[in-house]
Amino acid sequence: MRERESPKAKRYARLVEQEKPKISLFSNVVRAFVTGGIICLLGETIRTYLLYLGLSQPLAGVWMSISLIFLASFLTGLGVYDEIGRFGGAGSAIPITGFANSIVAPAMEYRSEGAILGLAARLFIIAGPVIVYGLVSATGFGLLRSVFR
Amino acid sequence: MNKTFLLNNVYVEESASVVGPLEGAGPLGDLFDVVIPDIIYGESSFEKAERKMLLESLSLCLKKTNYKPEDIDLVLAGDLLNQLISANFAARELPIAFAGIFGACSAFALSVALGSLLIEGGHFERVIAGACSHHETAERTFRFPTELGVQRAPTAHWTMSGAGTVVLGKQGPVAVKEVTIGRVVDYGIKDASNLGAAMAPAAFDTLNLHLTNLGKRPEDYDLIATGDLGSIGQICLKHLLGDASLSSGNFTDCGLLVYSTAQDIHAGASGCAASACVFASYLYPLLTKGLLKKVLLIATGALFGQTTAQQKDSIPAVAHAVAFEKVG
Repeated sequence: MRERESPKAKRYARLVEQEKPKISLFSNVVRAFVTGGIICLLGETIRTYLLYLGLSQPLAGVWMSISLIFLASFLTGLGVYDEIGRFGGAGSAIPITGFANSIVAPAMEYRSEGAILGLAARLFIIAGPVIVYGLVSATGFGLLRSVFR
Repeated sequence: MNKTFLLNNVYVEESASVVGPLEGAGPLGDLFDVVIPDIIYGESSFEKAERKMLLESLSLCLKKTNYKPEDIDLVLAGDLLNQLISANFAARELPIAFAGIFGACSAFALSVALGSLLIEGGHFERVIAGACSHHETAERTFRFPTELGVQRAPTAHWTMSGAGTVVLGKQGPVAVKEVTIGRVVDYGIKDASNLGAAMAPAAFDTLNLHLTNLGKRPEDYDLIATGDLGSIGQICLKHLLGDASLSSGNFTDCGLLVYSTAQDIHAGASGCAASACVFASYLYPLLTKGLLKKVLLIATGALFGQTTAQQKDSIPAVAHAVAFEKVG
């Protein structure tokens, strides 16, 4: 029975909207800021330490990224990163650690369907769109730059 | 059309349930027959763990009643996965006639309803009806990989891991008295993380049909248990009941009984297991002990798939009602 467009359905949609628990934007933003801040602080600490050890600027940056990716992947494997994500939201999804999590989580999930059709085929199920639209916008930006430089 | 069937010859003989560790740690934890130690249950995949729970619950039904597989005429069972793989693959291990039932989270009520009608019609002597679901398998069928760090909406349900089964026959401590098969209702809700709101109109529609057909009021039952409407869905249902001048004082929701608030589950338990396990291990014992005399179970199901959700279609829902009554 379709009631989708009826006045009854419209009244119901208003009721549902009204009864939905409100998400506190403020507390979500604060939690994302703190979580993202901690991750960035950790990255900066690693980078500063590597510079102190005498690594060059670019090399220290690369090793810092690798360390964070390893750490996030490891925590995903231990089943901790999804808890961090549950608390931190975008704060833990946006940094490079979130990207690592989005690769490792499907890898763990689809392992049971085999190395090729499971793991490899579905590895980018979350990160894929980010990569595709990242490449598209990078190409667009590159073209614009080559015209207007 | 839209009949409510009155039954005189169908009884629930026995019940059994198997649940996951999280459900075992909840308020009803001690009541379930088996709490599995970990969510993969010694198997190589979550899908295998899910069918193992269903098979174990079926075996428990046989064990408790001392029936052999040949004493059972038919098994009716359902789950949430594509091609009903949990029920179908569990049935592979059984030398019993089997029919898979899909009703999303209403599968348990639908299995019991159809099984009861088959017995009442004189076609079968004894039927096992059941349903199962598993949190991890449902997540990968409907949502994200489980280790992905995403925030769940406050309206989101937690698909329960478990399996619940009942033996239906011609004698037993609890009678199946009334059955209403529901209509599919769609009020245009599209939010797949608010299934309670999508299902509440279906629960209302079936309940209203059931009561109108029988000339009854909600107060005529000791308890009316919805399946897995959850906190938001239950509020929506109460609004709809209020608009129709029906009371909702004796309502409960199986999905709201499974977890404690400390478990941070948001809207409550969902999945076929919610109504199946709560009925098998909580409501059925209350009936046999005589603590409840008349219980109406209305299990709801959201009949959507990941494809329809991605195509931005609204969520149709269905509810089936089965009334149980203590004998004597």
